[in-house]
Amino acid sequence: MNPLRTYVVFAALGFRRYSAYRLATAAGAFTNSVFGLLRAPITMAVIGAAGGELAGYGALEGATYAWLTQAVLTPVNVWTWNELALRIRSGDIAVDLARPVDLQMTYLAADLGRAAFQVLPRGLPPLLVGALVTGLALPTTVLPYVLGLISLALGVCVSFACRWLVNLAAFWLVELRGVLTLHMVAVGALSGLTVPVHWFPDWLARIASASPFPSMVQAPVDLLAGRVQGVEALGVIGVQVAWFLGVLLLGRVVLARGVRRLVVQGG
Amino acid sequence: MTEPIIDVVGLSRDFTVRAPAGRLRRTSRTVRAVRDLTFSVPEGAAVGYIGANGAGKSTTIKMLTGILVPTAGTARTCGKKPHRQRRELAREIGVVFGQRTQLWWDLPLHESFRALAAIHRLPSDRAAQRQVELVDRLDLGEFLDTPVRQLSLGQRIRGEIAAALLHSPRLLVLDEPTIGLDVLSKERLRGFLGEERAAHGTSLLLTTHDMDDVQRLTERILVVDHGQMAYDGTLAGLVDRVGAQRVVVVDLLGGAHGAGAEVGGGAGGAGQAGGRAAGVPDLHGIPGTALVAVEANGLRQRLAFTPGLTTAAEVIAAVAARATVRDVAIEEPDIEDVVRRLYLSQ
Amino acid sequence: MADLAPYRAVLSSRIRSQLAYRRSFALDVAGSAGVGLLEFLSVYVIFTNVTELGGLDFAGVALVFAFANLGFSLADIVVGHVDALPTYLRSGTLDAFLLRPLSVLGQLVTSDVQLRRLGRCAVGVAILAVALPQAGIDWGWGAALLVVAIPLVGAVIFAAVFVAAAAAQFWLVDGAEFTNAFVYGGSNAASYPTSVFTTPLRAAVTFVLPAAFTAYLPTLLLLGEPGPAWTPAWLGWFAPVAAVVAWVVALTGWKAGLRHYTGTGS
Repeated sequence: MNPLRTYVVFAALGFRRYSAYRLATAAGAFTNSVFGLLRAPITMAVIGAAGGELAGYGALEGATYAWLTQAVLTPVNVWTWNELALRIRSGDIAVDLARPVDLQMTYLAADLGRAAFQVLPRGLPPLLVGALVTGLALPTTVLPYVLGLISLALGVCVSFACRWLVNLAAFWLVELRGVLTLHMVAVGALSGLTVPVHWFPDWLARIASASPFPSMVQAPVDLLAGRVQGVEALGVIGVQVAWFLGVLLLGRVVLARGVRRLVVQGG
Repeated sequence: MTEPIIDVVGLSRDFTVRAPAGRLRRTSRTVRAVRDLTFSVPEGAAVGYIGANGAGKSTTIKMLTGILVPTAGTARTCGKKPHRQRRELAREIGVVFGQRTQLWWDLPLHESFRALAAIHRLPSDRAAQRQVELVDRLDLGEFLDTPVRQLSLGQRIRGEIAAALLHSPRLLVLDEPTIGLDVLSKERLRGFLGEERAAHGTSLLLTTHDMDDVQRLTERILVVDHGQMAYDGTLAGLVDRVGAQRVVVVDLLGGAHGAGAEVGGGAGGAGQAGGRAAGVPDLHGIPGTALVAVEANGLRQRLAFTPGLTTAAEVIAAVAARATVRDVAIEEPDIEDVVRRLYLSQ
Repeated sequence: MADLAPYRAVLSSRIRSQLAYRRSFALDVAGSAGVGLLEFLSVYVIFTNVTELGGLDFAGVALVFAFANLGFSLADIVVGHVDALPTYLRSGTLDAFLLRPLSVLGQLVTSDVQLRRLGRCAVGVAILAVALPQAGIDWGWGAALLVVAIPLVGAVIFAAVFVAAAAAQFWLVDGAEFTNAFVYGGSNAASYPTSVFTTPLRAAVTFVLPAAFTAYLPTLLLLGEPGPAWTPAWLGWFAPVAAVVAWVVALTGWKAGLRHYTGTGS
């Protein structure tokens, strides 16, 4: 079977799996909208306190930023994900590895399928509410949206690669809760989820730019909002691609190590 | 006049079941799980409550213990309305669900007892004494320190029963307690329950699929079918009405080894027809049984008997007196069969 | 609440088993503290760019944040376990609760306790310790009383929100996602001065879901600030009233939910 077609099947399965949770998706969209309702005024108040403009954000741009982060956070899946870790812990991973498909790619495909399903039902409602409540400052041309969606897909990929890597700790650690929480805290702090990375003080901005986290949320939000356009946007996408490939490759290396440890230790 | 320990009048319970029909709509229909049940159990009695799966047994139990509210009719347990006086009732009854646990899953068994003693406000010396008694008679000593989730089914059930009896309730309700247990465990459990009742006069309501449970533990049977009462009386009466019989299937040893067989003991001769395996008698005329089938040239024979008139043990003993028994199996009357015959007999 | 012994029996087992694994417990506490610090990071970053937000300076906003967080995490430790209700409903454990001579809510709350959430508590206390001296408070017995009372009353309010959210699970399938919007949205709204919200939203987080009573309004009293239109500072004195009302609503919802459960079966 054409390997690409195999991965498409996995993506479709990921999509279908999440489409069954209609009620949960609706509830989730409600939560996103509520959070947008709270974060947008807070963001606007900060901008107001800064004199009406802060790091290139006016009040409306600030509100748009808040609504967009709520729209993208579900597809990007910033919260804990431990499916792989559970399979490693239970030993089921051996079954997965025995299959004639690349394990990492199948998981990536499934994750993209999930994100594809969640983009519209979780992404649009907060934007609609935002448009009604505060108004949105969105681009009027097509190109930013194209680049933005590419960036969003890459954001999902970078997020996946990081979550994959973190889950691999299950090969070495018994209790994963600490590592997962640490990862969640890092993502929450550095990805631009609650305050834009562009507002960070220098020391924190340096740490953030040395990490893949802004590529998960801040990058697609910036491009979709049209804050970063043209060649600069391509630069951001390039950074995302670089982080994605880097962490992905690291994930493959660590997986091989982990598998070897499993095989050597038996079980 | 002492009040009955269970008093049910016109008890009914309906459920609304919704099923998706097409993409957006859903149909709903009403399932009448329990219909117009009326019965009364005096204090100190032991009642078996039998019926096929889905006949409404568990629903009735839930209504009697306060977990579910009836749609119509009344139920009184220990003189209380179960739903209204849930907490007072809980002090006077003990309930064991065969398939669900009331113990604390990830704690050792003795912690469950400790918690229950505190919950029922048992004075510590009385609780300790009662616990020792129960642990001893149910053989719980070896796994008192094991977390409940690591116990085998038989061990867990024994633990649950001890937990249910810790506060010496007036009424013990058992919902399918022997399901999944092996024969030996079932026997021990029945023995314990019998002794407990004799010592403390505890009333017993037992739902089961197992006719042997009913025969050993109860004096009265309620048969429920599709939510309605189909029979209320003694086991003997039921058997009489329905003719439900148990079948002992014996595999006999043939050839020279059959020489150990003795002819005799029991009315009627043991004729030997031609063509049978050497030394293997036909098992005619064992008291209380009818020979219903002879297979494999007499090496396997089926004897049907009526419970109440004789027991499987007596039949096997009688067979063993006549032939060398290699293996024994007992076939029970199917509950569905019993119920079906009940209707046919009406 | 005549007899706490039965609840204590199970609770002590749970506490013992959590403390038994020293190292993983320490890691859990650290993780919970990390989450608390992360949330404060947003406030910190904001104040590297501005000097006031919603009429309060950094110390003032830090106080609001810390009081809200402390109240929330205290409630989470004591009552937080009610969010296990959907699991208990599915496993039939709720029936086991009904068969015991105890209140179902009491059993649910005490069936477990998450001590690791103390980490977040500690973060709240630490922030308070640093911000209180810098907030320009007129110290006296009233102020000291407020400092102790605010997180306690806040915890009572949050606990009521948890119970109300749990009660909703009797009707909803997979309803936790939906109620999370109110529980965590409420916590978020409580951590910031509600003066940044427009009047309708501010009214919602004050009079509908009393988030403003858990921290912002009483903190205004502490700081001697007037407060925004329609929700002035003196409302802060009514925080205990808000707590009582919240509990009346929560318990009514809980009883209705339990009635629904025993009325429709599982």
